[in-house]
Amino acid sequence: MLYAVLALAVLAAAFGLALGWASIRFKVEGDPLVEKIDKILPQTQCGQCGFPGCKPYATAIAAGEADINQCPPGGEDGVVKLAELLGLEPKPLNPENGVAKTAPTVALIDESTCIGCTKCIQACPVDAILGAAQQMHTIIADACTGCELCLPPCPVDCITMVPVKDTPKTWKWPTPETEAA
Amino acid sequence: MTLMTRLFGFRGGLHLDYRKEISTGTPIRVAPVPPQLVLPLSQHAGAPAKPRVRVGEQVLRGQTLADPEGFVSVPVHAPTSGTIVAIEPRPVPHASGLPALCIVLEADGQDAALPQTEWPAVEDVQSLEPQAIRDIVRRAGIAGLGGAGFPSFIKLGPGRPVEALIINGAECEPYISCDQMLMAERADEIVAGVQVILRAIGAPRCLIGVEDNKPPAIAALRRAASVDARIQVVVVPTRYPQGGEKQLIQALTGKEVPSEGLPLDIGYVVHNPGTARAVWRAVRYAEPLTARVVTVTGGAVKAPQNVEARIGTPMRFLIDFVGGYVGTPGRLLMGGPMMGLALSTDELPVIKSTNCILAATAEELRPADDAMPCIRCGACQEACPINLMPQQLYWHARGKEFDKTRELNLFDCIECGCCAQVCPSHIPLVQYYRYAKTEIWSAEREKRKADAARERHEARQIRIEREEREKEAARARKKAELAARKAATEATAASVPAATSAGISVDDPVARAIAAAKARRAVNAPADAAATSVKDASGSGADTDAVAKAIAAAQAKKAVKAAAAETSGTGSADKGDAVALAIAAAKAKKAAKAAADSASPDADDAVSLAIAAAKAKKHAQEQLTDAPSPAKPGAAAGGTDNDPVARAIAAAKAKKLAREAAAPTQGATAGDDDPVARAIAAAKARKAAKDAAATGDKDRDA
Repeated sequence: MLYAVLALAVLAAAFGLALGWASIRFKVEGDPLVEKIDKILPQTQCGQCGFPGCKPYATAIAAGEADINQCPPGGEDGVVKLAELLGLEPKPLNPENGVAKTAPTVALIDESTCIGCTKCIQACPVDAILGAAQQMHTIIADACTGCELCLPPCPVDCITMVPVKDTPKTWKWPTPETEAA
Repeated sequence: MTLMTRLFGFRGGLHLDYRKEISTGTPIRVAPVPPQLVLPLSQHAGAPAKPRVRVGEQVLRGQTLADPEGFVSVPVHAPTSGTIVAIEPRPVPHASGLPALCIVLEADGQDAALPQTEWPAVEDVQSLEPQAIRDIVRRAGIAGLGGAGFPSFIKLGPGRPVEALIINGAECEPYISCDQMLMAERADEIVAGVQVILRAIGAPRCLIGVEDNKPPAIAALRRAASVDARIQVVVVPTRYPQGGEKQLIQALTGKEVPSEGLPLDIGYVVHNPGTARAVWRAVRYAEPLTARVVTVTGGAVKAPQNVEARIGTPMRFLIDFVGGYVGTPGRLLMGGPMMGLALSTDELPVIKSTNCILAATAEELRPADDAMPCIRCGACQEACPINLMPQQLYWHARGKEFDKTRELNLFDCIECGCCAQVCPSHIPLVQYYRYAKTEIWSAEREKRKADAARERHEARQIRIEREEREKEAARARKKAELAARKAATEATAASVPAATSAGISVDDPVARAIAAAKARRAVNAPADAAATSVKDASGSGADTDAVAKAIAAAQAKKAVKAAAAETSGTGSADKGDAVALAIAAAKAKKAAKAAADSASPDADDAVSLAIAAAKAKKHAQEQLTDAPSPAKPGAAAGGTDNDPVARAIAAAKAKKLAREAAAPTQGATAGDDDPVARAIAAAKARKAAKDAAATGDKDRDA
């Protein structure tokens, strides 16, 4: 009886130490769930979800403060992926946050109208607009996420959203549709 | 040379109806130069070339028109002499049918070559360093002529020991016969090219693999290769897709290229015979790649044959050259019927990787009938030369489960089409795999873009935070300064009672001015001391001290003047009174609140509440009425405005103040022995004091 108690006590102490050591040694910095959610989000940084960027939205989802259907740029696919990750039921996008785009777009500055006010540069969440005060601005199309945040501040409405053109390098084979029902 | 070579073969594959004989009856014919050539800037795998010519420029044959952009890129040369008429997006032979940037060259009919080639022709090629060979091959714009168009110079610099060079003369696809004809007619040039490549990659031997349905090519190559014991012509059985480089390596060596790997991973480098010949011509004759052999064939072509065409020749021009169409072509393909690219128009140009133009009649190729459901018969799996599971890939691709297709090694699929060929349900399997591949690539691109966006956004956040911090620091600095000034103002307030006790009226603007000036000095003095001490620390000597003194004097002057200005400007507004008023108001408020609180226990009683409120209000009013009282004694003691004694005292005080303002500086700069500077400072201070007094007088007179 005593031996059994002693043996168990020793084992418990040993495992306790091992676990304690492991929890310190293998401590994960930050919240891995937030990182995982952030990876799924499209990084448009558009704020349509009601949070100031993708990371804050990811943090809010992880904390259970936001729903998974508030990201229109991520579309239904994004909702499905988030649902898979979090073990939730997928749901349609919340129309309050806006509608998903059918095709990706980038901003285009009409350079003859631009007055060089730098307002759009301050609004761009990814620093994709190049320009200086009193100088014409231009969009770095490769870096533009199509978030449309530069549209409202423009005093002369010289920014438009244009669909991204396919090139032979980015072109995708269409879905084969020769399948019989 | 061993007489017997063991062959290994590969699994799967098919025997097809080859129909090569329809285009091998006549020797290679050289096509004339077309009136207009279209040269896409992206004829190779990798980054498109960058144009170096302008519209309207006259160019000569062999001149470089576009430079390589980046490492995986090759230049584009003028196939003939003429004028550049446009540099614009034009339709190019690509599955997408999308236009890409092209240089359009209007031929002048002279076909004049450059007077001097862009690099020297090398007589003794074996004396060339491997790097020199690679440079020439790159400058010649040679990209694999087999179909994929990978820049050849990269494959000439393997960067590791190579077991053997393999020349892929299998040409397994039906209809295509350009390599076969080239091997039969230019075997010596191919062998010479092989020798150059062997030197470039430092390989000990070369295997030329040729399918056994090309006896003339085998005979010619064997004759030419007899000069070099390192080169061995190996005949492989005819079986599709023998010409896939991985299949050919497996057939020749028994070794399998690892999943998603390259032949180089197992020590082999594979080149096309046409590439070998182009390398030879580039090194020996300094000829860039501006022409290639193209098989123009198919049931819809009058006289199918092989032609040597300039790069950029419109396909229609070549079809007309071989007699034009017979009837209407059902399908136009670039390449063979198994892996070829369906083209929408025959106005597209021949590019470096165009091995065949196939204009088939509607009946010639298997019609694209409606596909039937998959019955899981497994025939595709039997035919797959890569040992993949085509039906599983198909299901997952159809269900858009792309990560699962990836797990099933989708990217090892060479898109040979064997599975689709044997499929009893006629399912276009390869289309599904291509679809899945481009979807995965696109997702990866988007992921990269998202990562870049995240990085940019985070960098921006960090920058904004840093700027905010800097602003905060600046604000804190300002606040500290303000606090110091406020402390000085309080000192002024403190000086008021002192003045009162000294019998001087608070309302006396001069006294106020003095007090203010004193306060200001209190603020300035530490600043001056600090400035002086800094200057002293820097050890810059008497000059600096004089400057410091001058500054101090100027400051004193300014302080006195400002004080006077304030007095004359505000006149009646009494700072001390205002403060007292504010304090009284606050007290009243507090009292009111206390009254309300005391009434709160019986909060239900509206009447008592109202009474409490009224009381509080009255109390507050009383407080307010009392409030000006501290100032009143001053006012009572007033009427001394015109008292000359007071005026004199004020003037004396101002003078003293000015002196004092200059004094700390002197004290701080004890080692200073510049009497002139001191005199100037003193004079200035005196004058300032006088000014202050005068202003005070004027103010009172007014």
